[in-house]
Amino acid sequence: MLSRVAETLYWMARNVERAENIARLVNVNNLLLMDLPKGVSPGWEPLIHIIGSHENYLEHYSDFTEKNVLTYMTIDKNNPSSLLNSLSAARENTRTVREVVPRQVWESINSLYLYVKEHDVELINKRHRYRHLSHVIDSALMVFGILDATISHNEGFTFIRFGSLLERADMTTRIMDVRSATMRDMPEDLPFENIQWMSVLRSLSAYQMYRQEMGIRIKAENILEFMLLSKAFPRAITFCLNELKGLVSTLPNNTEMLKHIDHSIDDLHKQDIDALKGKVLHEYIDELQIDLADIHSELAKQYFLV
Amino acid sequence: MAIDWKNYQFKSFFDELIDKDGKPRAHSHKLIKFLSDLSDSDLNSARAAADFAIKEMGITFTVYGEGSSIDRNWPMDIIPRIIDNREWKKIEIGLEQRVKALNMFINDLYHDQKIIKDGIFPKELISKSVNFRQQCMGITPPHNIWAHICGSDLVRDHDGTMYVLEDNLRVPSGVSYMLENRSVMKRVFPEMFEHIDILPVNDYSSQLFDMLCAMSPRPHDTPEVVVLTPGIFNSAYFEHCYLAQEMGCELVEGRDLQVDKNDCVYMKTINGLRRVDVIYRRIDDLFIDPEAFNPDSQLGVPGLLRAWRAGNVALVNAPGAGVADDKVVYTYVPQMIEYYLSEKMLLPNVETYRCYEPDDYKYVIENIEKLVVKPANESGGYGLLIGPKSTKKQQQECIAQIKADPRNYIAQPTLSLSTVPTLDGDKTEGRHVDLRPFVLSSGKQTYVTTGGLTRVAMVKGSLVVNSSQGGGSKDTWIVDGENS
Repeated sequence: MLSRVAETLYWMARNVERAENIARLVNVNNLLLMDLPKGVSPGWEPLIHIIGSHENYLEHYSDFTEKNVLTYMTIDKNNPSSLLNSLSAARENTRTVREVVPRQVWESINSLYLYVKEHDVELINKRHRYRHLSHVIDSALMVFGILDATISHNEGFTFIRFGSLLERADMTTRIMDVRSATMRDMPEDLPFENIQWMSVLRSLSAYQMYRQEMGIRIKAENILEFMLLSKAFPRAITFCLNELKGLVSTLPNNTEMLKHIDHSIDDLHKQDIDALKGKVLHEYIDELQIDLADIHSELAKQYFLV
Repeated sequence: MAIDWKNYQFKSFFDELIDKDGKPRAHSHKLIKFLSDLSDSDLNSARAAADFAIKEMGITFTVYGEGSSIDRNWPMDIIPRIIDNREWKKIEIGLEQRVKALNMFINDLYHDQKIIKDGIFPKELISKSVNFRQQCMGITPPHNIWAHICGSDLVRDHDGTMYVLEDNLRVPSGVSYMLENRSVMKRVFPEMFEHIDILPVNDYSSQLFDMLCAMSPRPHDTPEVVVLTPGIFNSAYFEHCYLAQEMGCELVEGRDLQVDKNDCVYMKTINGLRRVDVIYRRIDDLFIDPEAFNPDSQLGVPGLLRAWRAGNVALVNAPGAGVADDKVVYTYVPQMIEYYLSEKMLLPNVETYRCYEPDDYKYVIENIEKLVVKPANESGGYGLLIGPKSTKKQQQECIAQIKADPRNYIAQPTLSLSTVPTLDGDKTEGRHVDLRPFVLSSGKQTYVTTGGLTRVAMVKGSLVVNSSQGGGSKDTWIVDGENS
């Protein structure tokens, strides 16, 4: 497989996965804010922190109003990870490897891109937002479904899976980091902590699975444990890392790659989850994110066009 | 009845399906009968089915707009163009003869230039040729073949004679559309294929692959063949993808390849470097190697020419083959055929005036309103003046251009291109067509496509068939006359 093609497939998957996650984030925050009293609400600003674009955002907007944040997250051309930009990039990726992906994949990504482009106003609109974002999530899932069912599960598919899983793990760390930071500032006695933790789970579409695996109580430590250590939940870090390891073991010249992934897994298991609070949690997640970035760099170094 | 054959208009033109008395030709009886039985709604749904198939199959071509490019659905008319197999056999032999002579000519030019020394071909034409590549002097590609793939444009005049209008020896395109037109027709009119013996066209991709493999510098191994594309923004990108897919080989861009110190070409894969033997390149000469040609090219591969010269990789078509693409060189094809093959030309050229020859020059300037004037080295219908359809101002501008550079212009009488019935709105009218067959040469064997790509000027009265200029296409059928 050509290095350029492997790289393009990887980014195609990452970009679609990113679009899906952005849609989830916005949708869940939307629902959460309806439940929180105005005074304690963290508002929309955390979303900008989650996607790591605080500086870029402030170059274009002076406040964090719902309208501005939503515009930035969904259709803003200045935000490299906006819904529209992610899908536009995925579409360009797909176009350049049209000869290796099933036609239906191209068609789904193309029509999803056009959908977002054509519904730009309604995505911001409070009433219609939910429906359109849900459509984005569904369509992204469909793309991965079509891929799973129609492309040969060979090297190309390995890079697609890799891109999707790495993006997912990355987003999970971001959500945990930012959400636990805003939560810290909340007064202890307010009943809203629970709701917020539920929303963390929901933005990772992990609520049901959490309950099944961890029991009924929503507690910060348990949620962290679940999101970091679950071997079964497909958005948990351990799950993603294990999958990545499995994928890499099928690739040629993989010694360095395996070393990096093993290091991250070992590190994860060494953590004392109960102690992961506040600053310690933030520092550990920083480390984890660096690990994920290293895994990407190593992949690029080993297999992509230089 | 949907198609009103009684009032079918084709005036003084030669129509490919209907004879001068308004009756179907021997080879088109069954087709015309079939079409006559279709109602308006049958025709409309057939047309809609064709449009849908084209959209669904993603058959597109790219038009360059201002600053951006647009992917358009490929335009195809559902009434096919038919040629009798007996006539086609003769055309085939004529094309083989022509391409053989052209290859010998190119090889001669890059070696001893005997044809110049013997006074048949003027030396000045080479020194002023924009497609002659000094870098190729003395190189002998495998089996002396330079133009492995040739797309020659054929037109039929009002007297029914088929002429060669021009030869495309650089990177001729269109073959994927010939193949896709047939797939669409099979979906839209399966009944036609039941009743009429239409010769198949789908052998092309295997023939192409075999020819490419035969060029490999390592004939004993399984050769690694790749298609080299300038990338997604090229107007023929669809075709590059299509052919790579059909042949099951990699579609590469310049940055996927590299040439090492030993002058071998490698592609960069996730397993490391893999040796490449044959490159079917769809990038123009001047952009394939920044080291040898245009140093600013981002599309090419530094060192590619070195590797080719060393015989470590085959380039198809060979760099420099475009020298015979020149429309002035074209006028010498009859002499080439006589000189190299001692044969008479079987498939005639269109009468052509060479503007650098004083008598011809005078004639062209005085009769410009009757002539078609073409620059010697443009393709895609760019820079063309059609005398009878031009304004005085355009003619004056054209004359000024000829005066400035007579070597670079030729003129031909305005041909009355043949027509084929074509659906336009709810009418069926004659529209002008040409035909581009493709000829593959491996040195051991020559293959001519069964028919070719019929291009049609969709606008009433227009003679411009290029898809970049609003032309369309038709499926081309070669049928046995007695069975039609």
